[in-house]
Amino acid sequence: MPTVSMTVNGRAVTGEVEGRTLLVEFLREQLSLTGTHVGCDTSQCGACVVHVNGESVKSCSMLALQADGAGVTTIEGIAQNGELHPMQEAFREHHGLQCGFCTPGMVMSAIDLLNKNPSPDEGEIREWLEGNICRCTGYHNIVKAIQSAAANMRG
Amino acid sequence: MYNFNHHRPGSVDEAAAALSGADDGKLLAGGMTLIATLKQRLASPSDLVDLGAIADLKGIREDGGAIVIGAMTTHATVAGDASVKAKIPALAALADGIGDAQVRNCGTIGGSIANNDPAADYPAALVGLGATVHTNKREIAADDFFTGMFETALADDEIITAVAFPVPEKAGYQKFANPASRYAIVGVMASSGPAGVRVAVTGAGPCVFRLADAEAALGGGFSADAVTNVGVAADGLNSDLHASAEYRAHLVGVMLRRAVAAAG
Ligand SMILES: Cc1cc2nc3c(=O)[nH]c(=O)nc-3n(C[C@H](O)[C@H](O)[C@H](O)COP(=O)(O)OP(=O)(O)OC[C@H]3O[C@@H](n4cnc5c(N)ncnc54)[C@H](O)[C@@H]3O)c2cc1C
Ligand code: FES
Ligand code: FES
Repeated sequence: MPTVSMTVNGRAVTGEVEGRTLLVEFLREQLSLTGTHVGCDTSQCGACVVHVNGESVKSCSMLALQADGAGVTTIEGIAQNGELHPMQEAFREHHGLQCGFCTPGMVMSAIDLLNKNPSPDEGEIREWLEGNICRCTGYHNIVKAIQSAAANMRG
Repeated sequence: MYNFNHHRPGSVDEAAAALSGADDGKLLAGGMTLIATLKQRLASPSDLVDLGAIADLKGIREDGGAIVIGAMTTHATVAGDASVKAKIPALAALADGIGDAQVRNCGTIGGSIANNDPAADYPAALVGLGATVHTNKREIAADDFFTGMFETALADDEIITAVAFPVPEKAGYQKFANPASRYAIVGVMASSGPAGVRVAVTGAGPCVFRLADAEAALGGGFSADAVTNVGVAADGLNSDLHASAEYRAHLVGVMLRRAVAAAG
C-alpha cells in the first residue's frame, strides 16, 4: 500500500493508505482526529473543511495522497496552550452554534477568510460561507461571531 | 469508490508516460468533479495520474498580448491574480464566481475545461475571449475545443498544459447562477479585441456556443443598446428542474445586455 506523509497540526505523521483513501478518512480513522466532520460527502456542506498549506479545502473531496508532503491544520490544531483560537472563542461568545455539527468547518473556513480579508463586511462573510451549510443557527450568529473575531484579531 | 493506483509525477512527460502505461488511466486535477464521479462509481479507472506536483502546470504569466494560465492553476489564484485583474477583469470576476471558496481553492482551469460541463463558466471565457488551449501535443482554438456535452477535442492521452487568453479591449461576463451550486443557468461572455467581437453563451445549451447575431450587432458599436432586440429561440436549449428552455432563451438576452454593459 502507498505511504503518505504530511504534517498535521504541527506533527509529522506517516501512514499507509489506499489510493482511494480520502484525506478526511485518514484524519479521522487513522489519526483519530474526529473533530473534522463528514456531512454530505459530496463537497456541498463544508463540515469537513480543513486547511491544506494554509488554504481551506473540503477534505471529503481530496485524496490523502493529494496532501502528501503538505501541512494540514484541523480544528484540533488551532487552540494554543489551552486557549481557544479567537475564532472559536467568538463562536462561543456569540452563540454561533447549536448542534455544533457544522462548526469545525465553519471555524476553519472563517479563519481562511480572515487570512485573506481581515476586515470583511457582512456581505463578504455571507458570500464566503457559500460552501458551509448550517441546519440550525440561521447563520446570523455565525456572521456575528466572525465579525467579532475579525475585530479582535485585528487588535 | 473502487480502488486505483495513484501516480504523482513531477513532469508532464512523466504524466503522459504514466497515462499511456495504464490499462485505463485518468488524470486528476483539483478532484472537484472527478472524486465525486469516482464515489458514485460513474468512473472506475485503473490508475489516477495526479497532476498536483507538476510545478510547470501552475501559475500565470503575461506573454506578448496574452495572459497564459497553467492548467493546474486554481480558480482562487486566477480570481486573485494582479495581472488578470488588471488586464482581463471579467476573467478574474468569472473565476471568483465559481462554486464556493473551497471549490475555488482546489478546482482548476484545466479540469474545468476538460470536463466541459454544459453549465460551467470557463467555456464561456475561452470561447468569448478567443483563447487557445495548449496541450502536450498541440494548440487548439477554443472554437474547436468544446465539441459537445461533456465532450472536447482532447484525445484520451492528451494533457492540457495551459490556456492563453488574448487581452481584450473590452470584456464582460454575467451569469444567472444556480443558487445552490453557482453553476450557470445561463452565462454570457461578451468581448471586443484582437480576437474580434465575440459573444459566448454557457449553461443554456448542451455545450457553449457563439451568438452570431449579437456579434454582428455589436460589430457596429459595442453597447447594450445595440443588442436590445437580439435573442435566441428556445429550440435545442436545455430544459431541466432549474429552468425551462423558454426561460433560458429569455435569460440569454438579459445576460447578454448585462455582460455588454459590464464590459463598459
Ligand atoms: C460544489 C461545487 C460547485 C461548483 N460550482 C461551479 C460553478 O459555479 N461554475 C463552474 O464552472 N464550475 C463549478 N464547479 C466545478 C469546478 O469548477 C471544478 O473545478 C471543475 O469541475 C473540475 O476541475 P478540477 O480541477 O477539480 O478537475 P478534476 O475533477 O480533477 O477533473 C475533471 C476532469 O478533467 C480531466 N482533467 C483534469 N485536468 C486535466 C488536464 N490538465 N488535461 C486533460 N484532462 C484533465 C480529468 O481527467 C477529469 O475527467 C463546482 C464544483 C463543486 C463541487
Ligand atoms: S462532508 Fe465534505 S463538503 Fe460535506
Ligand atoms: S449548528 Fe447545527 S448544523 Fe450548524
